[in-house]
Amino acid sequence: MTFKRFVEIGRVALVNYGKEYGQLVVIVDIVDQNRALVDAPDMIRSQINFKRLSLTDIKIDIPRSPKKKTLIAAMEEADVKNKWEKSSWGRKLIVQQRRASLNDFDRFKVMLAKIKRGGVIKQELAKLKKESAA
Amino acid sequence: MAPKKVRTGPRNPDLVPGIKKYSRSKMYHKRGLWAIKAKHGGKLPTHEPKQAAAQPDSAVPEKAPKFYPADDVKKTRAKPKKNNPTKLRGSITPGTVLILLAGRFMGKRVVFLKQLPSGLLLVTGPFKVNGVPLKRVNQAYVIGTSTKVDISSIDVSKFEDKYFMKEKTKKTKKTEGEFFKSDEEEKSIVPQHKKDDQKTIDTALMKAIEVVPELKAYLSARFSLRDGMKPHQLVF
Repeated sequence: MTFKRFVEIGRVALVNYGKEYGQLVVIVDIVDQNRALVDAPDMIRSQINFKRLSLTDIKIDIPRSPKKKTLIAAMEEADVKNKWEKSSWGRKLIVQQRRASLNDFDRFKVMLAKIKRGGVIKQELAKLKKESAA
Repeated sequence: MAPKKVRTGPRNPDLVPGIKKYSRSKMYHKRGLWAIKAKHGGKLPTHEPKQAAAQPDSAVPEKAPKFYPADDVKKTRAKPKKNNPTKLRGSITPGTVLILLAGRFMGKRVVFLKQLPSGLLLVTGPFKVNGVPLKRVNQAYVIGTSTKVDISSIDVSKFEDKYFMKEKTKKTKKTEGEFFKSDEEEKSIVPQHKKDDQKTIDTALMKAIEVVPELKAYLSARFSLRDGMKPHQLVF
């Protein structure tokens, strides 16, 4: 029941509302009770409400309000990108994006593949059932 | 020298409709008129004034015209209207797979061949794959997918709107007896030359289709919306 992800300087968060929807950002300073200063390698440092952030497990080691260079270096050291893409949350997002970008022909091919896979599974299941019945 | 920057947008943008951002003097500087003047020794370059031809003294003086129009302004004539075929959507190029949205072949995936001069799209199933013959279709009733078939080797130049016109049949007067007979099965038979045209186009198309795995099955299946599919979010 205790909290595990805290709002702190260096906490990596996912923006879940607004123009930067879906971007990973790092909390770089706290403005007040509701807002934080947030930064990412490819965006301009700006303030954002906590309600627009979803905290992740990843935390990096930075001083308060670091220079952009220091921030990028710290992110490289902590290997934020790879950690994110390997985490189950990150992987789910990647799959969602892939599925959304499928064109009509791709969706058709996926359907055929699913049917094929289902067929193979059913065959195996039938085999196992036969063996257990025997 | 600093690299040349490509200009994006007008030199003197509108702040509000009717009010420009820069004044006359600022614009003079921005347009570089000072530099042009400097290049031409302090003045803007002008064309040499045409030397009037020397008039012989015995020439008759110009006669005064008989008629002066009431208005000094020239009347502008309306430009003759040009009828162009409908602008083709960017996503529709020859060889694109289209999804038909209305009519007997609703939902069928079909190959686009070319746009006819009337603006309609010439389209074929191919007939063997999904039963859609060489057909004209309006662009508005079509979704263009991003799947393309290579039709560079197919010659569609002989197909025009005239090809699809109905044959004019002479109306024969019916005698009283015939009037009350039920209309016999007047099935329109597809003329042989159309069947042959279909065959030539289709054999050429099938070669291009069979190269791509699963494309034939894709074209023979119909498109439909399922649960969870949001058309405005789908990528076609």
